[in-house]
Amino acid sequence: MGELRLMKGNEVLGEAAIRCGCDGYFGYPITPQSEVMETLMQRQPWNETGMVVLQAESEVASINMVYGAAGAGKKTMTSSSSPGISLMAEGISYIAGAELPCLIINVQRGGPGLGTIQPSQADYFQAVKGGGHGDYKLIVLAPASVQEMNDFVDLGFELAFKYRNPAMILTDGALGQMMEKVELADQKPRWTDKEIHKISGDWATTGKPSSRKKNVITSLEMDSDIMEANNRRFQEKYKLIEKQETRYELIQCDDAEYIIVAFGTSSRVCQKSVEIARAKGLKVGLLRPITLFPFPNAIIKELARKTKGFLSVEMSAGQMIEDIKLAVYEAGSNARVNYFGRMGGIIPTPGEVVDALEDKFSWELNYGVKRSY
Amino acid sequence: MELKDLIKPENLVYEKSKLQEDEIMHYCPGCSHGVVHKIMAELIEEMDIQNKTIGVAPVGCAVFAYKYIDIDWQEAAHGRAPAVATGIARLMPERFVFTYQGDGDLASIGTAEIMHACNRGENILVIFINNGIYGMTGGQMAPTTLEGMVTATTPTGRNVELNGFPLKITDLIAQLPGTSYVTRQAVHTAAAVRKCKRSLKKAVQNVLDKKGTSFVEVVSTCSSGWKMTPVASNKWMEDNMIPYYPLGDLKDSVKGENVSEN
Repeated sequence: MGELRLMKGNEVLGEAAIRCGCDGYFGYPITPQSEVMETLMQRQPWNETGMVVLQAESEVASINMVYGAAGAGKKTMTSSSSPGISLMAEGISYIAGAELPCLIINVQRGGPGLGTIQPSQADYFQAVKGGGHGDYKLIVLAPASVQEMNDFVDLGFELAFKYRNPAMILTDGALGQMMEKVELADQKPRWTDKEIHKISGDWATTGKPSSRKKNVITSLEMDSDIMEANNRRFQEKYKLIEKQETRYELIQCDDAEYIIVAFGTSSRVCQKSVEIARAKGLKVGLLRPITLFPFPNAIIKELARKTKGFLSVEMSAGQMIEDIKLAVYEAGSNARVNYFGRMGGIIPTPGEVVDALEDKFSWELNYGVKRSY
Repeated sequence: MELKDLIKPENLVYEKSKLQEDEIMHYCPGCSHGVVHKIMAELIEEMDIQNKTIGVAPVGCAVFAYKYIDIDWQEAAHGRAPAVATGIARLMPERFVFTYQGDGDLASIGTAEIMHACNRGENILVIFINNGIYGMTGGQMAPTTLEGMVTATTPTGRNVELNGFPLKITDLIAQLPGTSYVTRQAVHTAAAVRKCKRSLKKAVQNVLDKKGTSFVEVVSTCSSGWKMTPVASNKWMEDNMIPYYPLGDLKDSVKGENVSEN
């Protein structure tokens, strides 16, 4: 059993970074995630593991520092919150285009614009559909507990290096600020130069010895035929990630007639909603996507064939619902897909979700059959 | 004596650096980039630091710099080369990292990154090619475009009321305590090339000696952008650019010193 502590989600992100052998963190303060860098600065990991922590002049600089260090084969990360992630979008696109492994954390707050510092899930589209320019995908992990905030740092790096692709932890201000019991991992050593050579030696810019060709990190290619081939290769990689890395959790879905789909903070709320609904005699289950890209299409297709409807519960105006609808459509099912959510930094209550479920599916609940249109 | 009798190793007075690739350069005739590339390839070879050098290429005409010198390279987003170099240099402090940037990249879109990298005294070399124009995109106004200078976006000449003033960013950089060596050079004559090479060598050595940021501006020509022959460009640069951007060292001290010597 690892060391048990009571910690804030944001603090855990910093602690987990040190313990998983991260080489460098570059960031810029923004609420509600500033504790990530504060924790790192207090811990001074450069004395212990040699990890570099640097406060950059902006999020734009942070993500480009990550680009440089990741291009040298180092385990590198940054964290920010929604407006800061928008500023990083250009750099993230370059990182995806140059196929660099790194970890980006978005502790979401409500938008648009300066919005609010309260929690939100309104950056779903930005995270799973790309966010910057061009056709690319991030591997997106959605923790629902402080424990998962811890676990997904290591997992994020593992997946990023496995596929040479940026990974993102998409969380929010509630998970970042709340304290929970967490079991920390043991300290892993940072990679040695020899290990980096073995893992990334064929592409990382570590200084060219006479024994190999020069390594060049770039997303630029003026020949459209080659650029299209690069894009095809990226798409193949994303398909492979979909096939191999989809993660989700099912709660009481075996006999469920209605399935709530929710991730992160809203999935925590919905666990209680399932209990309330079950106590009322409603057969309700919860599907919690753990990876948002890859999205758990296959399980939704399977569930769509035997359930009456889905309720997408989001702290946004309804973004993930589009992916659920696509999966239901692909399944050839006529299960209904509804949305309930709150915006602007409001977290829905369990009771609200149950009320919404009863309201949106009132036809089915009253008549026992699907409503046809 | 015939030509073939002259072509002997003992008569060799100059040869191309082994680190200069046999790629066909995309630079226009008369462009200063090729000369600065050549100097850097020579220096990296002469100083025997190929295996510890990482170059960071900009967005601009030198976007393909990585094709021409046989070292590891990273291609940065527009203006972000100093941040990229920071990431590399911080995590690999024993390496020699340099950025190679134009005036649009360094003095316009990348102003924040260059000021803060120099202010932190990142242990890197910054090579700043200042030709007063955006070459790659077709000759638009740069932050360093001289007053009255005609470009694609200042067809009647740069009007300072509308466009502000040509930015002497190297003078600002010299004020930052993080920098140790700040100089302005050119490569339009054989003497200037030799002097520029000496400056760049000193700058590289400073980085190897961990003296903080070294910054070398090269006042350059852009025959295509200026719409002049290479010879006329050199003359125009001497008559117009160098009076506004005078050559010489702006600072040669140690990191942490607060005032420029000039």
